Amino acid sequence: MMILIRNGRVIDPSQGIDEVRDVLIEDGKIKVLVKQRSAKARNKTEMNRLTDAAGCEVVDATGKLVLPGLVDMHVHLREPGYEYKETIRTGTMAAVRGGVTSVCCMPNTNPVNDNASVTQFILKKASQEGACNVYPIGAITKSQKGEELAEFTMMSEAGCIAFSDDGRPVMDSLMMRRALEYSRILGVPVISHCEDSALSAAGVMNEGFLSVTMGLKGIPAQSEEIMVSRDVALAELTGGRLHIAHVSTAGSVEVIRLAKKRGIASITAETCPHYFSITERAVEGYNTNAKVNPPLRTDRDVEAVREGLCDGTIDAIATDHAPHHSDEKLMEFDLAPFGISGLETSIGLSMKLVKDGLLTLDELVRKTALAPAMIMGIGKGTLKPGADADLVVLETGGEYRVDAASFDSKGKNTPFDGWVLGTRPVVTISQGKMHRWA
Amino acid sequence: MSLKSKDLIGMKELDADDIELILDTAAGFKDVLGRDIKKVPALRGKTAVNLFYEPSTRTRTSFELAAKRLSTDVINFSVTTSSVVKGETLRDTALTIQALGADFIVIRHSYSGAPHFLASKLSASVVNAGDGTNEHPTQALLDLFTIREKKHRIEGLEVAIVGDILHSRVAKSNIYALGKLGARVRLIGPPTLVPSYFRDAGVDIFTDMNEGLKDADIIMMLRIQMERQGKGFFPTREEYFGNWGLTSERLSKAKKNVVVMHPGPMNRGVEISSDVADGRRSVILEQVTNGLAVRMAVLYLLAGVRE
Repeated sequence: MMILIRNGRVIDPSQGIDEVRDVLIEDGKIKVLVKQRSAKARNKTEMNRLTDAAGCEVVDATGKLVLPGLVDMHVHLREPGYEYKETIRTGTMAAVRGGVTSVCCMPNTNPVNDNASVTQFILKKASQEGACNVYPIGAITKSQKGEELAEFTMMSEAGCIAFSDDGRPVMDSLMMRRALEYSRILGVPVISHCEDSALSAAGVMNEGFLSVTMGLKGIPAQSEEIMVSRDVALAELTGGRLHIAHVSTAGSVEVIRLAKKRGIASITAETCPHYFSITERAVEGYNTNAKVNPPLRTDRDVEAVREGLCDGTIDAIATDHAPHHSDEKLMEFDLAPFGISGLETSIGLSMKLVKDGLLTLDELVRKTALAPAMIMGIGKGTLKPGADADLVVLETGGEYRVDAASFDSKGKNTPFDGWVLGTRPVVTISQGKMHRWA
Repeated sequence: MSLKSKDLIGMKELDADDIELILDTAAGFKDVLGRDIKKVPALRGKTAVNLFYEPSTRTRTSFELAAKRLSTDVINFSVTTSSVVKGETLRDTALTIQALGADFIVIRHSYSGAPHFLASKLSASVVNAGDGTNEHPTQALLDLFTIREKKHRIEGLEVAIVGDILHSRVAKSNIYALGKLGARVRLIGPPTLVPSYFRDAGVDIFTDMNEGLKDADIIMMLRIQMERQGKGFFPTREEYFGNWGLTSERLSKAKKNVVVMHPGPMNRGVEISSDVADGRRSVILEQVTNGLAVRMAVLYLLAGVRE
């Protein structure tokens, strides 16, 4: 089966391409990217022969962007154990809807993905029901308790591509040291959820004037920054590959910038659209859909995160997609769980960085596809001939209202409901299948 | 004149006109409370539900009596926190109560924002009787009423609030309300319990009690919750009293005609000495009486908004 994406502006940093091309896809692989002029110059014979062939679908991408499918390195698919929040099926459908063709799923399921059999279960489910590529992340410690290392090698052989106790910080510095050291046998990243949970002290939002006047317990920025500093020091000590998850504060950006400047090359970092789009003010009125950990911060932090993206301190944009059931969010603020359902708003919010002149389109594709694929070592984020045809066609310049109720994700928990975004995916090709939205 | 909202959620949400209206209305009800027959038929046929998720004697009793003095039927609905965790959600409980025909839901809850949540879901009037560490607006209103009675004004007064500001919804409501009516507020207490962020709201912060009390017109003492001891906020009650307890010696730093207030219940010998609590400058029991009048005014005015 063949698909021809015609006349779109193709942006693929992995090949240094930014120009109008036709993309021909055959049997789920990129076959060829044909230059516009040569396509015209050619007496159309080959193209016509190909496209006239039975079963070739043609997509007119004139005036649209054609990018490698996004790689979201930080997603919670909730299965096994929390299928009422999300399943591998609904989570990957949400991904595809958002132009994401590869997701790395965090291990805080029930049971925790801390052994090969859970990893195998996730991959089996994904192969049966998944709408996009699924790459499991294994737990650093057994049951994410921070006490004993999980079986890195066995999980890696089963298909885990990185390790993280995401949602729970590894509080014990010696345990984190061991994880960074031991992971070197596999050369895979250890992803750190940086939070000093003692300092966070059951906080529920950013600490500051607003938390005090709302009567809510605050989580100071330092709670994150202390652990970013610690983990940078441990990365230096061990030579392990440290990846810092969901960077939210100006101080963290500064610590990572300095570490990179000092040449600790193995450190990478991600942030999420909510940390460069909105501030703690989103929780005003006790809006539980804006309750997320790390918490939404201040204008100054948002500015610093944007700068960090701009100057390369922050390598990747991930969503930390954390779907929850509406009953769980329809609660007292203190009782509602942390998390934002992010897959279906990620590209729209990220494209604002391009509109604001912070990133070029090329840089944006790097942050959302190529860099996360390289950090995770999964060979995605490219439109090279021969690669899997993971691709998204974006329509830009319109006005598209975010409607949480119509999300494919089971999680409708987003602070961006009702926002008007200037970009939306109209076609996503994933696993040889084309998804189109009018 | 009437209030602008069907609910009384917090002092943050009221403007100076709303506050003045409540205080003026309360003055009328205070006269009623001084009569031989203390009951008026103003809200006959209405129903108020006291929905208390936290133990409370004085606030609940005050609201109950206020409603009864207005000829409103009152139901007390106490919920222990443990049964909430296991059982019905706050929203379902409140919808159930509303379905029973309640006009007022007076809520006390250990989580900040619970009244805001209910107010957005219910057509009944929601009255915040204290939510978490956020606000306790009727306490602030009765404090303002008491200050106005004693000083005949609020604007320009120097008000010192002493103690655990961080966890005190009473302090918070008073800070907002006093600011709106033009009083100057200073906060005094251990740095662990006085968030420096309040400087952003234009208040002065003191750790030294004698310095902070200097020339104060009003001193509001706050209850030190015993469970905070040993949690790292301060070492011992003895040390706390030594630094921030209100004694008659310290009282002399304030203005001669200073008024001493306390929302109760008091810990004698922890935040306030008995001679001050029972002394001439103390208006602590008058606060309780005024609370009744203020809560009558609140219910009465909110009923007016819904009609």
